[in-house]
Amino acid sequence: MSKIVRTIAQAVMPFVFLFGIYLIIHGHLSPGGGFQGGAVVASGIALLFVSFGFKYVSTFLREDTLSAIESSGALLFIGLAFAGIATTFFANFLLGSPVFGSIPVTGPGVGDIWSGGTIPLMNIGVGMKVSAGLSAIIFSMMLIASKKRGGEQ
Amino acid sequence: MAELPALNVIVPLLIVVSAILVARYKDLIAAVIALAAMSLLLSLQFYLLHAPDVALAEAGIGAAITTAIFVIAIHSTRRT
Repeated sequence: MSKIVRTIAQAVMPFVFLFGIYLIIHGHLSPGGGFQGGAVVASGIALLFVSFGFKYVSTFLREDTLSAIESSGALLFIGLAFAGIATTFFANFLLGSPVFGSIPVTGPGVGDIWSGGTIPLMNIGVGMKVSAGLSAIIFSMMLIASKKRGGEQ
Repeated sequence: MAELPALNVIVPLLIVVSAILVARYKDLIAAVIALAAMSLLLSLQFYLLHAPDVALAEAGIGAAITTAIFVIAIHSTRRT
């Protein structure tokens, strides 16, 4: 794309990724969560692909890496679900322990980030899966588009 | 947030206007940008209806990912 697009993308990129990670980590307290934050992170990757082209981005972003991140997100989610099998499936076994242990307050307020039990960890797993999956969709589309054009772009 | 009843009339009208623009534009890139504007206005309407969760999902998927996919697809095909 043109130089204007590349300059604006370079300026905006860190804030897009930071906002996506904020949405994922604060998912149990504020609007947002794994899916929304993952979509925001993937839109940052899409901006990277559209503005800088496939040939430049594919030097540091591999399809194997995206696949590994996606699969480990799913494994984290289902592993946390199975870890509470002593009581029930999806039991919140971390509640009361020192890690993410405190019970979140109900009603309006800022809330405590160190609360919620397994919910923040599950949000991180869903965020990894959604961001890597949507990025892989953009990646394969760019791969096919660049193959069809014979390497230019 | 302050209650602004006029926004609940203006924003849906703008959504309809931009949706008509999507169908009327002959240039494909212009139509995709109008679609992104419609999606962003829809996200604002979700926020006005007190659904910030849905608004974030709509802004992430509808306004960003869909636009990027359409731009890639238009770029890799011939424009007449």
